[in-house]
Amino acid sequence: MPYLYNTPEDQQAMLEAIGVESMDELFDPIPAELQLDRPLDLPPAMSEMELDKHLSTLAAKNRHAGQVVCFLGGGCYDHFVPAVVDAVASRSEFYTSYTPYQAEASQGNLQVVFEYQSMISRLSGMDVSNASLYDGASAAAEAVLMAITATRRHGKIVVAGSVHPEYRTTIATYLENLETDLVTVDTPGGVIDPDLLAAAIDDTTAAVVLQQPNFFGCLEDGHRVAQIAKDAGALLITAFDPISLGILARPGDYGTNIAVAEGHSLGTPMSYGGPFLGIMACDQNLVRRMPGRIAGHTVDRHGNPCYVLTMQTREQHIRREKATSNVCTNQGLFALRATVYLAQLGPQGLRETANLCLQKSLYAAEQLVAHDRFSLAFEAPTFKEFVIRDAENDVEGLLKTAQQNGILAGVPLGQWYPELADCFLVAVTEKRTKDEIDSLVSSLTNSSTPVHAPV
Amino acid sequence: MRNTQDTQSIFELSKPGRRAARLPECDVPECSLRELLPAKMVADAPPALPELSEPAIVRHFVNLSTLNMSVDTHFYPLGSCTMKYNPKRNERAAAMPGFADLHPYQPEDTLQGMLQMLYEMQETLQEISGLDACSLQPAAGAHGELTALLVAAAYFRDIGEVRTKVLVPDNAHGTNPASAAMAGFESVTVKTTVDGFVDLSDLAAKLDDQVAVFMITNPSTLGLFEPNMRTVADEVHAHGGLIYLDGANMNAILGITRPGDWSPGKGGADMQHYNPHKTFSGPHGGGGPGAGPICVTKKLAPYLPVPVVVREARVARREALENDVKDNNSRPAPHDSQLFRYSLDFDQPKTIGRVRAFFGNVGVLLRAYAYIRTHGPDGLRRVSENAVLNANYLLSRVAHFLPVPQGRRCMHEFVASASQLKRDKNIAAMDIAKRLLDYGYHAPTVYFPLTVPEAMMIEPTESESKETLDAFTEVLFRITEEDADLLHDAPHTTAVSRPDEVRAARQPVLTYSAE
Repeated sequence: MPYLYNTPEDQQAMLEAIGVESMDELFDPIPAELQLDRPLDLPPAMSEMELDKHLSTLAAKNRHAGQVVCFLGGGCYDHFVPAVVDAVASRSEFYTSYTPYQAEASQGNLQVVFEYQSMISRLSGMDVSNASLYDGASAAAEAVLMAITATRRHGKIVVAGSVHPEYRTTIATYLENLETDLVTVDTPGGVIDPDLLAAAIDDTTAAVVLQQPNFFGCLEDGHRVAQIAKDAGALLITAFDPISLGILARPGDYGTNIAVAEGHSLGTPMSYGGPFLGIMACDQNLVRRMPGRIAGHTVDRHGNPCYVLTMQTREQHIRREKATSNVCTNQGLFALRATVYLAQLGPQGLRETANLCLQKSLYAAEQLVAHDRFSLAFEAPTFKEFVIRDAENDVEGLLKTAQQNGILAGVPLGQWYPELADCFLVAVTEKRTKDEIDSLVSSLTNSSTPVHAPV
Repeated sequence: MRNTQDTQSIFELSKPGRRAARLPECDVPECSLRELLPAKMVADAPPALPELSEPAIVRHFVNLSTLNMSVDTHFYPLGSCTMKYNPKRNERAAAMPGFADLHPYQPEDTLQGMLQMLYEMQETLQEISGLDACSLQPAAGAHGELTALLVAAAYFRDIGEVRTKVLVPDNAHGTNPASAAMAGFESVTVKTTVDGFVDLSDLAAKLDDQVAVFMITNPSTLGLFEPNMRTVADEVHAHGGLIYLDGANMNAILGITRPGDWSPGKGGADMQHYNPHKTFSGPHGGGGPGAGPICVTKKLAPYLPVPVVVREARVARREALENDVKDNNSRPAPHDSQLFRYSLDFDQPKTIGRVRAFFGNVGVLLRAYAYIRTHGPDGLRRVSENAVLNANYLLSRVAHFLPVPQGRRCMHEFVASASQLKRDKNIAAMDIAKRLLDYGYHAPTVYFPLTVPEAMMIEPTESESKETLDAFTEVLFRITEEDADLLHDAPHTTAVSRPDEVRAARQPVLTYSAE
């Protein structure tokens, strides 16, 4: 066994020291009738070489973003990951350490978390950030639970239909066995209709959930939505795209009370959707209701500045059933990646990245709608994603053709929005070149020359 | 060599105008922001991030890394956390572009290798637990607990039973009662005996037809296998309740006993989660990511989150497959993608829905898969045998000078108590923990479980040597002989000494500011 130290002689000596005859006797405390009387029915062990070959074979059965041109979005994006991020995150003092409960032996992790919190609060325009949660969707669900206890309103949560469908399902699942209802306000125009929203809110509404830019890539009127929520005494929860904040107004600028995000765009690869980074930041007055770990700055017994996990009386290991959440694990390694990524880009780099996404996606949209077959499903301004309607209502055929040309052209929307069965969502990141966009357009308009080998 | 120059705050290292990243020129016609977006949707200025050069960033973070203890640099006997070696081959595998650079909404025919791995992972976890169905979706152990409790709630709703309570032993992880509350249940504490086992009379007193689930950690947080497990399961089932196993301690029982078999002939645990970042060697990442896949019995399977991975035999190959089975009288090779097509099944009308976006913490599951394939069935059993051997060996040595109130023997971990030292010499568990840092050992988990005064929970794992355990024992003994004042001031050699936690909590400083 590759990761065991004990030699047979060691084992014998240890068994003697313990005072048992055999390995089997160590398991005497387990009643005999509960013990498994056969080996596990699993494939036999592999050497490192065999494993490497086996996994390489499995990996080769997938088509990855280096082999195809990826215009897929919907909450996961093919953004560039600078080498610096991988180099730092592969320091095993970071990735093989545990939660920094022993502050004296964890100042590296604690300072990283503190710098992460600082950068996230500056990025989002919010007062404070926690040390991260599982992913964007579960962060949104946690924000909803937080809003219910903060407002003491248990009636309902109002969510826009333009919020990521999987985020809405996650929130619904979290609320399923609680008394609070989840009310969805439809967004047939691609963005929230203020009148419909106002009509859905009442004095039992704990929070309004908004996504900015929304699932369709459209920009919502954050100020207006915030005002409607505020007038009704409800909190505003905004799910934002961190990359967009190189250009767009920050959630804190338009009155968000709890900002959440999927943070994988900040230096973590797509990895088939996880593990990812759940960002959460909020107003100062909500911090003691926040779930998850938080690092704080303090001094040690000699007065030297240092960092420590703080306000732990919110957490499950202290408060048990009265905790603000059951969350224990955070996404420390990806909070590190996000911190390094944001440092590497800096304010100008983030702005330029966001601008490339914006300019290229608008170019792609313009090129597509120049063909009669295609139109934009919604009129609202967009950031890096947009919804294309196919006049011939053959999204499946279109995407398949593009795939044969080495292009993953978009995400079909009919699975979540039956009324958008003739639409697909196209995302354009800073990585996409004009040539790739032109190939997308030609492959979708049947005038294609393959840019890559068929998928 | 310690470098304190570059570990000051990253904001202090910043200088206006410095840059690291250079982006490509925009190769499409560019419009001004003012034309493209309404003014109020645009930020006045980019976010106030620090401005550094790339070498400065690397030096900053690499120097910060040296302020951590880690499994790769130190013995880390942190009870309940299973800080075992994190194999490098798993890291290399997870970084393969064929796994790392996949989008979750790619067509299934471009994901067959990924889906095959995930399918096999579902099957593998079911086999290890002795349960029938699996969801890989939860992102962490506590997330798995919440998911399973929501599954239980959906099940009882579906069969028309109203059950409002979840029973949790007093020595359980804090996540258990917190998950129960979050899932909308009332958490009721069940006492444990002086020996550390479930108090059967207290259980009987609290069991009624309102109890949905009994959550048990077995082996327990004391490192003991529950001797009455079968009785507990039968009693809970007799009242119509379900058994949930907190799988944090699976490292003790791989291939030895299966939770699904704990009431022979009648089943056993109905649900459990795994912590692949503990049991199956995923790195802890300074606090995460983890994963929290759950397994359940057949009757609970319809309520699992969607999607799950399913496979079907490819028609053209089905005949060959069947012949193969007849000829060899053995299972078909389950890894041949020529034979099977893998897909995501969303068609589960009774599903609870989702607990997160996308499929799951695939990168963590991939490392676990690599670990399991490296070991095979015999190797996994060796893992548990050696984890239990190491823990018992350490227990047999430590018990000479630090009382271990519950038991002369243990499974994968044990809980020593410093209460006698506290009484005699005013040395607390925390003092010992902090002093261990001076000697280059990470501290055990202290003050948990709550049922043991001055608790020190020690879990060596199988990937440590007898020499390491011997050296650790000697240091631990030396510390118990040291002067109390020296310990109260410990640690003395770390980058900082004990932080003022009261100040941190009362005057919270949670973000950097220049003042």
